[in-house]
Amino acid sequence: MAQLSYRDAVARGIAQEMRRDERVVVVGEDIAGAGGVFKTTVGLLDEFGPKRVLDTPISEQAILGAAMGAAMTGLRPVAEIMFSDFFAVCWDIVVNQIAKTRYMTDGQVSLPLVIKTGNGGGLRFGAQHSQSIENWAMAVPGLKVVTPSTAEDVVGLMAAAIRDEDPVIFCEHKGLYASKGEVPDGEIVDSLGTAKIRRPGRDATILALGMMVPRALAAAEDLATRGIDAEVIDVRSLVPLDTRTILGSVARTGRLFTVEENPQLLGWGAEIASIVADEAFWDLDGPVQRITTPHIPLPSADSLEDLVMPSAESVASTVEKALQS
Amino acid sequence: MKLPLSEHRYGEHGVVLPPERSDANDALDVDLDRRRQLYRSMREMRTFEKRAYDLFMKQLVKGTSHLSLGMEAIAAGFGAAMREDDYTFATYRGHAHTLARGVPMTPVLAELLGRANGLMGGKGGSMHLTSVEHGMMGSYAIIGAHLTIANGAAWSAQYRGSGQVAVCFFGDGTTNIGAFHEALNYAAVYRLPVVFVCENNLYMEYTSIHDITAVPHPAADRAPAYGLESIVIDGNDADEVHLAAVTALDRARSGQGPSLVEALTYRHGGHSRADPGKYRPSEEVEAWKAYDPLTVYRERLVRLGVSEDELDAIDASVLALVDAATEGAIAGELPSPESAFTDVWADGGWSWRN
Ligand SMILES: Cc1ncc(C[n+]2csc(CCOP(=O)(O)OP(=O)(O)O)c2C)c(N)n1
Ligand SMILES: [Mg+2]
Repeated sequence: MAQLSYRDAVARGIAQEMRRDERVVVVGEDIAGAGGVFKTTVGLLDEFGPKRVLDTPISEQAILGAAMGAAMTGLRPVAEIMFSDFFAVCWDIVVNQIAKTRYMTDGQVSLPLVIKTGNGGGLRFGAQHSQSIENWAMAVPGLKVVTPSTAEDVVGLMAAAIRDEDPVIFCEHKGLYASKGEVPDGEIVDSLGTAKIRRPGRDATILALGMMVPRALAAAEDLATRGIDAEVIDVRSLVPLDTRTILGSVARTGRLFTVEENPQLLGWGAEIASIVADEAFWDLDGPVQRITTPHIPLPSADSLEDLVMPSAESVASTVEKALQS
Repeated sequence: MKLPLSEHRYGEHGVVLPPERSDANDALDVDLDRRRQLYRSMREMRTFEKRAYDLFMKQLVKGTSHLSLGMEAIAAGFGAAMREDDYTFATYRGHAHTLARGVPMTPVLAELLGRANGLMGGKGGSMHLTSVEHGMMGSYAIIGAHLTIANGAAWSAQYRGSGQVAVCFFGDGTTNIGAFHEALNYAAVYRLPVVFVCENNLYMEYTSIHDITAVPHPAADRAPAYGLESIVIDGNDADEVHLAAVTALDRARSGQGPSLVEALTYRHGGHSRADPGKYRPSEEVEAWKAYDPLTVYRERLVRLGVSEDELDAIDASVLALVDAATEGAIAGELPSPESAFTDVWADGGWSWRN
């Protein structure tokens, strides 16, 4: 067991898989010699050499196209899109090519590849370097989407993503890179499609993803001091989605809150609210409430960004108010 | 160079005529058996696509389809030069490239008809023909994307040391999209074993390529920007194409990196089935129809001593093949309703939740 940063956990997860499988290769801008702009690939070039760890031109379509073509012919590439906002310049490769090709070819083609990306806000980077794009990706049949919130989960979910036969969008929260957690020694392999109950509770279920998980946990601690026992679930994987864990929790608590780092319109919580309304309506003791960013691009100034992102305080006060009414 | 649509009206672009007919290429170093094979291959493509068009008119082929009638020499010339395990990446105009890899006609035609015995069980259609077991790695319908994907297959071949080459076909219009430029630089930087083949049929959809491109040769004039040689060939001459293909494939296989070949050609029909192609000057269309790759080649073979009877016999056997494929495709069942829900994921299913 050792303390590991979320950022170092990324490289550890990739290295773990590269050691056991020669087909795993890594590509992206500044990821080899420089170890990545977020330092999430430090050490890979030294250990695995330039044949397996490649610096690329600033050509997001070419990077993802290469990952796709390599995946369909026997490699298992991990490609980095530096900031998830940049998916917008290579979305064709993701949505039209990577996501659809197995289906269109009636299963002739497998695409075991991972696209890792720096996602999310809180770093005062402004609207073009702060988005959360999980809900873009989860809307597309053929893409799996995961967002770990702890260092241990980064290692285990990265391993699971690399071993998966399907394309996985692996969202690393930029705001969590510096955070540290206990990570067991030895090989860690998690499974996609599993949510985790981070804090059990009886009165309300709070779902969160990425950097919203520590905020939801802080909110739950605060609520506990006021007699509200909230359960916090780290959703971790949007596709596949672990609805069983979510529905099971709602059956126990009767109240559901989602904490989402994306505008309310069509955020991931809307889909879950719809599932709960369909399948667990009679378990609910009150309306589902979603805590999201407003329908605006993220502002840069720290005071404004803090104002519009869900915080431990806004989560706690929303839950408290709802349960009191 | 005149800058196009700022200086003249749509449809008033210059006429581009095919090369003069000559017997100069009779002397090219392609042996006669290979030439018979090239003729047969082009005849298969031609007869197959004419049949596809007829079935279209009978409303048996639904949706759309993009024919390469008149462009067969490129597919045949490259197909015959490729190693069995090389990779082909084609566009929505990919019927001929699929046949060129030896994919049987029945499943291809059945795919156009949306039948269960189609190449992809009816889930891909005319624009996405794929047969991985034949090295036909797919037909892609978003302009430019597949150049980047071909790079990936070439990268994997290089990584595995397999000696395979990826060959990627696309049109003149594709040279104006970003992915083309990203892919060429990328391929050059890593010296990937990939051959890019621009089938310059002088038009994108309904607009002359010269009207919307800053240089006269949309592919070859861009090649030097990526450290590549400018190569322009007669895409209606199967021998010339074949030799260019052999050279480019050898270069890629021996580790010398990518090539970009611009093959001049012309489509006999419109862009897709809905298009009568009226934006093309009739003297241009007539001249290129006369410079038909099959006519050019048949005359060459006769000059080289192949009898008309032998060529007629090839034509007849190809027609019989197409007839049989037509029967097999029309007799195909409709896809089972369940098949719409398979193969979204590697586990074979479509479920996204538990
Ligand atoms: C990104 C994108 N833009 C536009 C289209 C619509 N489109 C389909 S084919 C085509 C023309 C392509 O011309 P060219 O590359 O010369 O190929 P050709 O059809 O002549 O073989 C266009 C514009 C598309 N499929 N993808
Ligand atoms: Mg064209």
